Amino acid sequence: MKFSENWLRTWVNPDLSSEALGHVLTMAGLEVEALEPVAPAFSNVVVGEVLEVVKHPNADRLNVCQVNVGEAAPLNIVCGAANVAVGVKVPCARIGAVLPGDFVIKQAKVRNVESFGMLCSEKELGLADESEGLWLLPDDAPVGKTLREYLELDDKLFTLKLTPNRSDCSGMVGIAREVAALTGSELKPLDIRTQPVTLSEQLPVSIADAFGCPLYCGRLVRGVNAAAVTPDWMLRRLERSGLRGISAVVDITNYVMLEMGQPMHAFDVAKLSGGITVRSASKGEELTLLNEQNVKLDEEVMVIADDARVLALAGIMGGQGSGVDTATRDVFLESAFFHPDAIAGRARRFGLATDSSFRFERGVDFAATRQAMERATQLLVEICGGSAGPISEVCGQLPSRTPIALRRSRVARVLGIALDNQQIAALFKRLQFDFTANGDDFRVTPPSFRFDLSIEADLIEELARLHGYDHIPAQAPEAAFTVLPYSELQRPLSQIRNLLVARDYQEIVSYAFLDAQVERELCGNEHPVTLQNPIASNLAVMRSSLIGGLVGALRFNLNRKQSRVRLFEVGACFAKVDDEYVQTQRLSGLSYGDAQSEQWGVSARPVDFFDAKADVQALFPPQVLRFVAATHPALHPGRSAQIYCGDQVIGWLGELHPHWQQQYDIPRACLWFELDLDALTRSRVPMMSEIAKFLPVRRDLAVVVDEAVTAQTLLDAMQQCSAPYVTELALFDVYRGKGVEQGKKSLAFRVLLQDTHKTLSESEIEPSIAQLVEALQKSGAQLRM
Amino acid sequence: MEELQHILDQAVQQFALISDEAELEQVKARYLGKEGSLTVLLKGLGKLSAEERPAAGARINQVKQGIETALQQRRDALQQNRLAQKLAAESLDVTLPGRGTGTGGLHPVTRTLERIEQLFHSLGFASASGPEIEHDFYNFTALNIPENHPARAMHDTFYIDPQHVLRTHTSPVQVRYMENHQPPLKIISTGRVYRVDSDATHSPMFHQVEGLWVDEHISFANLKGVVQDFLQRFFEQDDLQVRFRPSFFPFTEPSAEMDMSWKGGWLEIGGCGMVHPNVLKHVNIDSEKYLGFAFGLGVERLAMLRYGVNDLRLFYESDLRFLKQFN
Repeated sequence: MKFSENWLRTWVNPDLSSEALGHVLTMAGLEVEALEPVAPAFSNVVVGEVLEVVKHPNADRLNVCQVNVGEAAPLNIVCGAANVAVGVKVPCARIGAVLPGDFVIKQAKVRNVESFGMLCSEKELGLADESEGLWLLPDDAPVGKTLREYLELDDKLFTLKLTPNRSDCSGMVGIAREVAALTGSELKPLDIRTQPVTLSEQLPVSIADAFGCPLYCGRLVRGVNAAAVTPDWMLRRLERSGLRGISAVVDITNYVMLEMGQPMHAFDVAKLSGGITVRSASKGEELTLLNEQNVKLDEEVMVIADDARVLALAGIMGGQGSGVDTATRDVFLESAFFHPDAIAGRARRFGLATDSSFRFERGVDFAATRQAMERATQLLVEICGGSAGPISEVCGQLPSRTPIALRRSRVARVLGIALDNQQIAALFKRLQFDFTANGDDFRVTPPSFRFDLSIEADLIEELARLHGYDHIPAQAPEAAFTVLPYSELQRPLSQIRNLLVARDYQEIVSYAFLDAQVERELCGNEHPVTLQNPIASNLAVMRSSLIGGLVGALRFNLNRKQSRVRLFEVGACFAKVDDEYVQTQRLSGLSYGDAQSEQWGVSARPVDFFDAKADVQALFPPQVLRFVAATHPALHPGRSAQIYCGDQVIGWLGELHPHWQQQYDIPRACLWFELDLDALTRSRVPMMSEIAKFLPVRRDLAVVVDEAVTAQTLLDAMQQCSAPYVTELALFDVYRGKGVEQGKKSLAFRVLLQDTHKTLSESEIEPSIAQLVEALQKSGAQLRM
Repeated sequence: MEELQHILDQAVQQFALISDEAELEQVKARYLGKEGSLTVLLKGLGKLSAEERPAAGARINQVKQGIETALQQRRDALQQNRLAQKLAAESLDVTLPGRGTGTGGLHPVTRTLERIEQLFHSLGFASASGPEIEHDFYNFTALNIPENHPARAMHDTFYIDPQHVLRTHTSPVQVRYMENHQPPLKIISTGRVYRVDSDATHSPMFHQVEGLWVDEHISFANLKGVVQDFLQRFFEQDDLQVRFRPSFFPFTEPSAEMDMSWKGGWLEIGGCGMVHPNVLKHVNIDSEKYLGFAFGLGVERLAMLRYGVNDLRLFYESDLRFLKQFN
């Protein structure tokens, strides 16, 4: 809600500066979003009339003008504007005037001709960013009057950010009432005179939707001059509220809306057939609105119709075919109360948000519907002439205003401060609330202009608001304290994050929505969870994996000349499974470039699968992971693995497929992993086991196998034979080359054997080793001697 | 006698000239070895009479000890010398950079979230979480925002389908938590939220922290106390001013917006209020017995103020030149 401060002060004029008034409003919940002067500061600029224009003797483009500024002698002023002409009225800055930018007007010689002032454009007065030539004022502008006075430029514009509960402040009357309540200043009543009825005619009005339209006032005004000029004062107030002048009749309805908060509509009687009906639309009906938008209607939408067709979307916008224009002679005025529930959301369905729907869906004062009609009629007859008929009023069940009980003790409990009964009564009085008091108990009947008061808490908020939130102290609560649970079966996420940070990964946060193409390519996801109203087409689907964000971030950094990038992200991934949205928290990492940052004494090598694997494994103790070769749409088919924890798949590890590497302009190989957070944070409470008193015996077993045989196969085979005393089996070397046949590799395992009660003898060790060797051989391995 | 003294002097002199440990041992043999001069003298003792023998023997032993002491001193000196040389040879350029793996860092939003969580945990707030694709019921209806309520338009909601939205705030977690827990309860919930809004000061995805405290004696004054205390600790500024302005949220009554003093003005940092009785009713908590407050803070805003970040979009661009500044 935007309005002129001067306009407000015609009703309520507290002894406060503009800024102080703004602060009072803000601290009462009517946030002042902007407070700006109508015009920048300038002085000594008056309305001048150009009496004579003569070419400058020494300059082609300049003229020497005689300008009447309301004094006996005209001023001699040199002017360079092309649109200067005899008879025009223009702003004239006199000697001593100060224009925006501290530009002081002095008596000056312009090419040898004395100039006693300057004729101004709008730009020079700081009222427009661009302007062509002088600002031509209306012919009736009073010569000699200061421009600031003539155009009421000593005014400020308030813009309020209204919350949805305060529709009562979407009209000047409401704002004035609020300011009076807040400041205790006197509120001047709105001067509404009942317009004499000089016409007996009425249009029949019927209401078919009694819930949606509890009150409808209509009135015929015949013989109006719709081409009349809107008075300056009205136009100025409209413009300062952000509305354009359209035509006198429309301007009047808009003015009443701004003044009283009651949206109005005017129909051209010549374009109506028969009476007016307020009803639900029928499916299939259509209407072309004033903004030329064609809307298809259904039963959910309430309309104003005549006997032949739909005329307007009730409470939202009029139709093109029934509106007034400058040729209109007879007008049918509408002032109605439409129920908020019958309007709410309807405008949005058609992509509309109108001044009218804004007010109706929040609630309009139903006690002022008829007053608004009187006010509009009065203005219409004053400005456009015509004779008004009687008001046709149809009234049904208006919203009830049930008294609300308020307990003083509850006020103290909720707010933490004790207000006494006198204070409470005084606050309600200032708010113009009807109430009765019985000791500590109050019964308050909310006024018709408030739609946000239905329970005790609502009244408590009103008391707090008016008393001032600033006057409620900040107090530490007094409550019983208990120790928070802290399970050791769950590792804190921060610990896992820090493990990755210690391994040189940088955390990122990327959008949870991305391009459908990325989901399709990198995740093979043809059916992503899709947004109905994405912010951009490349942010239209929800990610099913964090890979898209990481690859995007890698590319962003490669474009900024980074050569080594290691990133991770923690976040939700989304999928739809059996009509349920599954949201899994995952952790994902990406490494690119050299395994270690460039440094002395270390030869550079690119990061590879096993570097990333070590990173993954470092996150998991005490759990043991298994890596099983598997293919993933994003990954190199020979360099990717599914990660198992027990028999549960918990993630992926691999190298980005060379195809995508090329497509996404990534010069070198890139490793990626993704893990379910649930598996990662799972933990156990450690339990000590006895430390063996005897030292373990180590035996190394080196075998040659086909390239295709995995290390895991051999480890599993050895594990499964359950050889006695074996406490650890681990691979410690892989060798290819001299001494090993092409197509084969040599793997070396470390075997630790141990007994808790004695030192093992050779005769106890031998059978175990033999068992292991046999298992290896069964798996196709040959012992290497 | 003179001969003995001469032997000792000679040995001491000779030892002093030797700089090689092996040579020292060889020279030692000349005095104390089988054929060594002192050994010869000792052997000669037998020729002396029984009366002369003890005194002569004692004198020879004295000299022997003198030689051995000198020898040991020289050994020690040579060893010291050798060690000193070795250490000198081994000295490094200690100014060369350290080697190995570097370290990465946390995102500034994570850093901020962890700080917020720790501060609230110290007050006994437990952590709770909820889904990001949220049912319309939890995001709106259960929070007293019925269908078509104008407050829904304030939210600029991303829709997945008519019943599901990307949560527009962390407040649904309040409802989900209260459905399963009885008061007294005290939680915070942090996470990503979404709004259809994107410009220099709005991101379609951002983070919120939600706080909720429901107990028998919780008042608006307490809400002010807790939020102010938190902000003063978060910014480590005891004189930080917090301002509460009346506002409107359908799920709190009274409602307030919170501003904090910053560089001579006020900056909005979140919304709060006393939990609306209708919200408590939805989760079967007796609003006559229990009162509660709830607040929601913008995490990015706090991070921007704390760390001097001047553009919201930097948080989501993943620019390493930006992110590494927080390590």
